[in-house]
Amino acid sequence: MSTTDHNAHSEHSEYIDSDTGKMGMWLFLFTELFLFGGLFIVYAVMRSKYGEDFHHAALELNAFIGATNTVVLLVSSMTVAMSLTAIQKKQKNLAIGLIFFTILLAGVFLVNKYFEYGHKFALNLYPGSDVMRNLPHGEIMFFGLYFLMTGLHLFHVVVGGILLTIIMLKIKSGRINEEHFLLHENGALYWHLVDLIWIFLFPLLYLIT
Amino acid sequence: MSNNESHITSYALNFKVLLVLLILTTITILVIKAHLGAFTVAVALTLASIKCAIVLTYFMHLKFESLILRLMVGGVFLLFAIIIVITFIDYYFR
Repeated sequence: MSTTDHNAHSEHSEYIDSDTGKMGMWLFLFTELFLFGGLFIVYAVMRSKYGEDFHHAALELNAFIGATNTVVLLVSSMTVAMSLTAIQKKQKNLAIGLIFFTILLAGVFLVNKYFEYGHKFALNLYPGSDVMRNLPHGEIMFFGLYFLMTGLHLFHVVVGGILLTIIMLKIKSGRINEEHFLLHENGALYWHLVDLIWIFLFPLLYLIT
Repeated sequence: MSNNESHITSYALNFKVLLVLLILTTITILVIKAHLGAFTVAVALTLASIKCAIVLTYFMHLKFESLILRLMVGGVFLLFAIIIVITFIDYYFR
């Protein structure tokens, strides 16, 4: 890690140590794991307590939209990984194109979520609504967790989209190139985390009834 | 290891990883729709964990990272598993 070449040091004003930079990103990802992990534990305990209510409530969710968004996120995970390959192979335009496609897929995810949440709101099914307050206690827990977990995940998708946009602009301006792509690597790691969380959210909320 | 020496994952490998992930997703959906009863949750979580491991290994490049980073990630996931086990021991036997 101390072998970062001195040419780079003199050409650029900032000193970039890619190994420690990446390790810092991983430390942040660990905190994200425990943020969502805590919610998964709440889900597991509540599910074992209110199995019947969770069963009824989960039938309300649209598994088709969930599955579509799973495919969208998996494909976007590949395109962001490929963009990193492209930048390392000095294929700048391809890298920009792949990042742009990833951002588009993030947009598709958001549009799907708009329709999904929109349908729930049309049914007056949202935290604090009269309909939800009168549900059995376990179903309130399920929908509460559903909105909290998918909402928190949605927030991560938005942040990831902004981060990827910044990376795309930096590739365009040449600030990220085949020599210095730490931000690109870390942005990709963040995007993969968004995908990882969804890998667990999708079966637990949408599929298992 | 500086950026210049870091491993480049090929486009083909990325695409193969995606195919495997999509196949596993399809299996997950089919298994759950088949209503295996008590095994459903266990099978779904096992498949999700496999997908998680694949994403970590290939997309997140852990396979090509330094030993210290891999130990860190492994250690944190182990810690998380222990926390889940302890929580459930507490929940069932209190």
